[in-house]
Amino acid sequence: MSKSDLDKRTVLSPEGEEIEIDPLKDYFADARPKVHRPASKVIERIANWARSESLWILGFGTGCGAIETRPLMTPKFDAYRYGIQWRATPRQASVFVISGYLSVKTLKRVIRSYEQMQNPKYVVALGSCTINGGMYWDSYNTINRLDYYLPVDVYIAGCMPRPEALLAGFQRLKKIIKEGRGEGANEYAEKFDWYKANQKKVVTDWDMPDYNW
Amino acid sequence: MEFKPIQILYALLSLFIVFNYGMLLQGFVRKIGARVGRRYGIRFYQPYIDLIKNYTKRSTITHGIMYYLGPVFRLTGGIGLIMFTPLIFGSDIFGNFSFSGDVILILYFMFFGTLGMALGAAEGGHPYSAIGVTRGLAQTTAFELPLALAILSIAIQYQTLSVSEIVAAQQGGIMNWTLFTNPVATAAAMLAFLGSMMRSPFDVVLAPQEVPIGPPTEYHSSLLGILQTNRAIFPAAKLVLFMNLFFGGATSWWELVIKTFFIYMWSVFVGVVYPRYRVDQSIRWFLRIPLILGILAILLM
Repeated sequence: MSKSDLDKRTVLSPEGEEIEIDPLKDYFADARPKVHRPASKVIERIANWARSESLWILGFGTGCGAIETRPLMTPKFDAYRYGIQWRATPRQASVFVISGYLSVKTLKRVIRSYEQMQNPKYVVALGSCTINGGMYWDSYNTINRLDYYLPVDVYIAGCMPRPEALLAGFQRLKKIIKEGRGEGANEYAEKFDWYKANQKKVVTDWDMPDYNW
Repeated sequence: MEFKPIQILYALLSLFIVFNYGMLLQGFVRKIGARVGRRYGIRFYQPYIDLIKNYTKRSTITHGIMYYLGPVFRLTGGIGLIMFTPLIFGSDIFGNFSFSGDVILILYFMFFGTLGMALGAAEGGHPYSAIGVTRGLAQTTAFELPLALAILSIAIQYQTLSVSEIVAAQQGGIMNWTLFTNPVATAAAMLAFLGSMMRSPFDVVLAPQEVPIGPPTEYHSSLLGILQTNRAIFPAAKLVLFMNLFFGGATSWWELVIKTFFIYMWSVFVGVVYPRYRVDQSIRWFLRIPLILGILAILLM
């Protein structure tokens, strides 16, 4: 599929009628994200406990760091005992682990996947590459600072961080959620224009609506 | 049977118990699986946490009316199944709304959820949902055949279409169970049971690692919560039904727990031993041995 396929155009239906189609409108919903205020204090406490003890990670490895998340499923590290599980679809996941360097091409997919996740959602940035670019700091096609593009909850420094560091990072994330500070999704909705401007600055072939759902 | 308003409360109570039993069974079986793999495994109450989390997610998006109704239909199938199956034989409280002819209704409820899910998942628009649901419907149709034949066979055997009466006929010793009085029908039904439990070798519908993750791909938040609730209720209800039809029913909660646990472990063990069938293989398999056994069960009656 090329970019021109997404242009608005008129086509002939099988009955010979002329109909106008706008693929960007047909394939995606482009409503802006809304800020969802937390519910009452008591409910939010219980909910935050459940959210922190049931972290569903989106199975999307963006860079070399993805190799460090696999051992977490094995008997040696066994992340399941902390309530961490992997989900295949962004709709059901609540944690996005940006594993290592992020090329501009991947960033586009990351943005789409992140926007398809449901509020509340959290971002864990793994490795130095997400903090300042790491060893790819002067690369022509990777981004340097992730928090220009997505609201990050936890950074795990290192190149590469060991699986133990990841587990420690998840414990940190749990603490943040339990304290009610894991409001990345609302932050993204509030500063939507700023994030979008930053994203569009690096993604030059922007062929999707501003918000995918 | 006369209807009394208090029965509604009793039914809600048995629904509550079955739901919790299903949730704990899920947790424990995953825990056992982890221990076999030398892992510590999830906490046994993890399914509850996941459920609370999904129900308290703040945002939901919609794909249309059927998309909402899909999980509702699915849950209706699960609850309907438990409402018309007696849990404890001879108990006024846990007899539920069992009436003469409920076997037919139960067979219908077992298929109902899958149909609802097909409509809902199709409206979700995700190709993985569509693949999952077509496979699910094909496989369900295939295993419903031997199951229906087996159930008809025992209906002929006991000359009744009521689950309560079938259980009553099996009382008075282990040799009165359908397992021993009609082994062919039991074998056909227990093979069909494997197909209905969504475990390997018949888990191509959800097909983890292949088409992640089948029909519920687009479902999230509270809609996924409803599906999870049903995933606790529906298998537990099926276990109780199979126990009633083939293993003499239960006269106490202990008997129910022990019998259903072993029936569940049957699907777990088979799942651990055998790798996944493709959907065409599983349909062919159901249309061979279980179907022949089902026809035999009818002919022998």
